[in-house]
Amino acid sequence: MRRALVATLALALGSAPLGVLLTLRRMSLVGDALAHAVLPGIAVAFVLFGLSMPALSLGGFAAGVVVVLAAFWASRKTALREDATFAAGYLMALALGVLLISAGGTQLDLLHILFGNILGVTRQGLVLIAVVATVTVLGLALFYRAFLLEAFDRSFFYAATPHGGLYPLLFMLMVVANLVASFQVLGTLMAVGLMMLPGISARLWHDMLPAQLLNSVVQAAVAGYLGLLLSYYFDLPSGPIIVLCAGGLYVLSLLVAPHGWIGRRFGPRAHVW
Amino acid sequence: MHAAVTLHDVVVRYRHRAVLDHISGAFARGSLTAITGPNGAGKSTLLKAITGLVPVASGAVRCDVQRQRIAYLAQQSGIERDFPLSVLDCVTLGYWPAQRPWQRVSPEKIQRAMRALESIGLGNMMRQPVGVLSAGQFQRMLFARVQVQDAELILLDEPFNAIDARTTDDLLNVITTWCAEGRTVVAVMHDHDQIRSWFPTTVLLSEGSLIAWGSTTSVLTRENLFRAGQWFETRAARAA
Repeated sequence: MRRALVATLALALGSAPLGVLLTLRRMSLVGDALAHAVLPGIAVAFVLFGLSMPALSLGGFAAGVVVVLAAFWASRKTALREDATFAAGYLMALALGVLLISAGGTQLDLLHILFGNILGVTRQGLVLIAVVATVTVLGLALFYRAFLLEAFDRSFFYAATPHGGLYPLLFMLMVVANLVASFQVLGTLMAVGLMMLPGISARLWHDMLPAQLLNSVVQAAVAGYLGLLLSYYFDLPSGPIIVLCAGGLYVLSLLVAPHGWIGRRFGPRAHVW
Repeated sequence: MHAAVTLHDVVVRYRHRAVLDHISGAFARGSLTAITGPNGAGKSTLLKAITGLVPVASGAVRCDVQRQRIAYLAQQSGIERDFPLSVLDCVTLGYWPAQRPWQRVSPEKIQRAMRALESIGLGNMMRQPVGVLSAGQFQRMLFARVQVQDAELILLDEPFNAIDARTTDDLLNVITTWCAEGRTVVAVMHDHDQIRSWFPTTVLLSEGSLIAWGSTTSVLTRENLFRAGQWFETRAARAA
């Protein structure tokens, strides 16, 4: 239980800020697409090595990287936009992943992979999550201004930045790494929940990005903690419970946050720092 | 005079259609040039070709300015107006091209950004989120960002669209100051009266073709404008 809690808090630290930045880039659904895109790699690793955490993680990361590179290539070399190329990539990857798991595993294994298992957090898995969270926080700290500027004013960014295309690629690779790291706690289908829901609802609380980033981490940590407790005591799959807790915080934010329904309906437009 | 940007027979295509068709000419260093023409003339594409944002199908763009010293201000519609940043943070993003990605903005540079905001009339708004700014204030803020960037070549795409007359006059004065400092400024413009009053040089385009390039008085003649309009109408009628 302690291991699972540490894993969830580390995931909150890395994933939630990425979710805020994804919403700023208007790519909220791309996180969902990538969560599905890692499935075939996990499936291949599962068929070959069973429930081996390093193999599953490596397979998932490899599949995610392939989908990201293919989507980036297609959006730059053809008339399609990024959202369309990511959607196409994830649909193919999801179908392939489900096919592979159905052919090579049991129903129980499939449930663990799709929805996560609180007791399945191994020591190796915990190390992986810690490494990914550390790299993510460092990456965000080092390239914060690049990610910010690319989301705010793309033309200015690309006109002034040699090899500017490397930054969104780096960002998407961090997203993939976080989704892969979180799948053993949350499952592949739910991994994106802890990334996106706190990121989306944080925007309802603050006007400034640093505050939104901090808020998203706190919301993700609270959702993770509550979700783990409920999952443990009621013997429920950890992934959906954690995501539902994050969803509860989102609904609460929708109602009572300064930029939520009550704030807009009854108060002056608030500017919260 | 030495040219900041030289275009050699530049062709830019979009889905097999030439949106810039064999354009040649040079923007002299320290010059102030307006690019004008009917809608779909290729004005914005010309700016994007200079910055490298669109690929050139044939010909060449020679830019004798380091990339980090080019300031490009796109149309406001291409910029997130409700971004969760303070006005001051947004202006300090102007230092991005000259800094290493991980380098923090020094207190001296922040002071300079504050002075730029004060000089452009936004001194009391610097801690506000950019989302509260009006269109005119937002454009002032972007001009302050250009100012701190210390750019040699400044490319402005319809900088006065939906901006009130007073802000437009203020910003036109800022542009003139930039030129007096030796910077090269190229702006996409629609208002011919403003061009005649403020821009010594003009490029007139129509349907991707160059109609005239030279001093504003020699370019914005009745004959050239008629040619640009007629050319545009003929091509539009043919397309229809």
